[in-house]
Amino acid sequence: MSLHVDFSCRIGGPDGFLLQPRWSTDSHRMALLGPSGAGKSLTLKAIAGLLRPDRGHIRLDGHTLYDSRAGIHLPPRRRRLGFLFQDYALFPHLTARQNILFGLHPGWLNPAGRTRLPESARHWIQAFHLTPFLERYPDQLSGGQRQRVALARALATRPGLLLLDEPLSALDANLRRHMRNELKALQQAIDIPTILITHDPDDAEALADVVFYMEQGRVLAFTPPTQPDSPFNTRQPHDPTI
Amino acid sequence: MWTPLLLSLKVAGWATLVASVAGIAVAWALSRWPSRWSDLIDAILTLPMVLPPTVIGYYLLVLMGRRSRLGAWLHSHGIELVFTWQGAVIAAAVVAFPLVLKAARAAFLDVDHALEQAAAVLGVSPAAVFFRVSLPLALRGILAGVLLAFARALGEFGATLMVAGNIPGRTQTLSIAIYEAVQAGDDPLANLLVVVTSITCVAILCLTAWLMPGRNRQRGRRWSAP
Repeated sequence: MSLHVDFSCRIGGPDGFLLQPRWSTDSHRMALLGPSGAGKSLTLKAIAGLLRPDRGHIRLDGHTLYDSRAGIHLPPRRRRLGFLFQDYALFPHLTARQNILFGLHPGWLNPAGRTRLPESARHWIQAFHLTPFLERYPDQLSGGQRQRVALARALATRPGLLLLDEPLSALDANLRRHMRNELKALQQAIDIPTILITHDPDDAEALADVVFYMEQGRVLAFTPPTQPDSPFNTRQPHDPTI
Repeated sequence: MWTPLLLSLKVAGWATLVASVAGIAVAWALSRWPSRWSDLIDAILTLPMVLPPTVIGYYLLVLMGRRSRLGAWLHSHGIELVFTWQGAVIAAAVVAFPLVLKAARAAFLDVDHALEQAAAVLGVSPAAVFFRVSLPLALRGILAGVLLAFARALGEFGATLMVAGNIPGRTQTLSIAIYEAVQAGDDPLANLLVVVTSITCVAILCLTAWLMPGRNRQRGRRWSAP
């Protein structure tokens, strides 16, 4: 994967928050690390097409997702991305099965309760051991099950890039460790590149080869997470090496 | 006795349909593209709720009468709204519209925006996001507004009388028939019509309670799965 991000976007009027992330990477496992309010989630939304920047460009594997000069802003549905939302954003009025089928089912109506699952969905349901929970509604699932359903829903559409927005922050400490390992195993099993957002250096270390540190709307530093004096441990900005 | 009742139900039914489609569409647009004008637009569109019905009726009369451009255009296409039951539908729809708008706007604002974003990223079109996520999740709140709108349309008197007049068998709805019966001193007929109206309203309320997906019933359905 190659991803080039360089855009700026002012949120909330002329005196609002200025978001201007800039980085470029070929890594398959990337993380954006930083305190809350740094603009990580907004950056991810811009990549997904849910937020339109003011100027700049976003390119993924040679495809232009956004380019202000060329007037390109692909709608989210044309970007072929998977997005794992912070609280999973499962549709509460649909069963786990219908949630997983959602992106595979075109048209103006939701898939019926007994719709057969296509191969791509069945694969993830088995991989995540979701078979016993398929007819349950999201509020009848545990936190870990919800996350697996949300992952299966995103992966079933065969995305070219998987965006993970604080996937572990909603979980308690035990489950958190467990799901971290599960996500790590998933990364090894699939060929889909991931971008992770987190405020936890441990998550970044476990789930990314390349970490960008973000603060106040800017990417301040770039470090492989193994360096002991990495910026996210000290919270001191480095020279941008990008 | 049955003619005004059936006419009232017909007028209120059509008016509710018109008000609901328009109210849901405007409410969705206001919640989807919020701007500093949203509240102003909302306030203007809520006017029919606070204006005296006779004032609304007068506006509609001026708007749809043959001397206005719209009225002349409609007339040239063979459409007459003044003193017809279709005119009564328009009057009742305008009066009932804010009730749907208010309820639907609140209901759409209540829908978690992340769910609509999740649907968009999963590859479905904006129209599909509306029909598959926003509308089902807002439905309970919208339904409450629609039922209030129906009740309001059924009881409409002032604007309807101004626009559609009081033609027995054609535009004389229940509430107008009651007024006329009282004016004419026909107490037995007035009593009968009032009882019919009351029974109809109670029946609608019962129907509402039966239609609304109650918390328990929904739970029961949800948990019945293996």
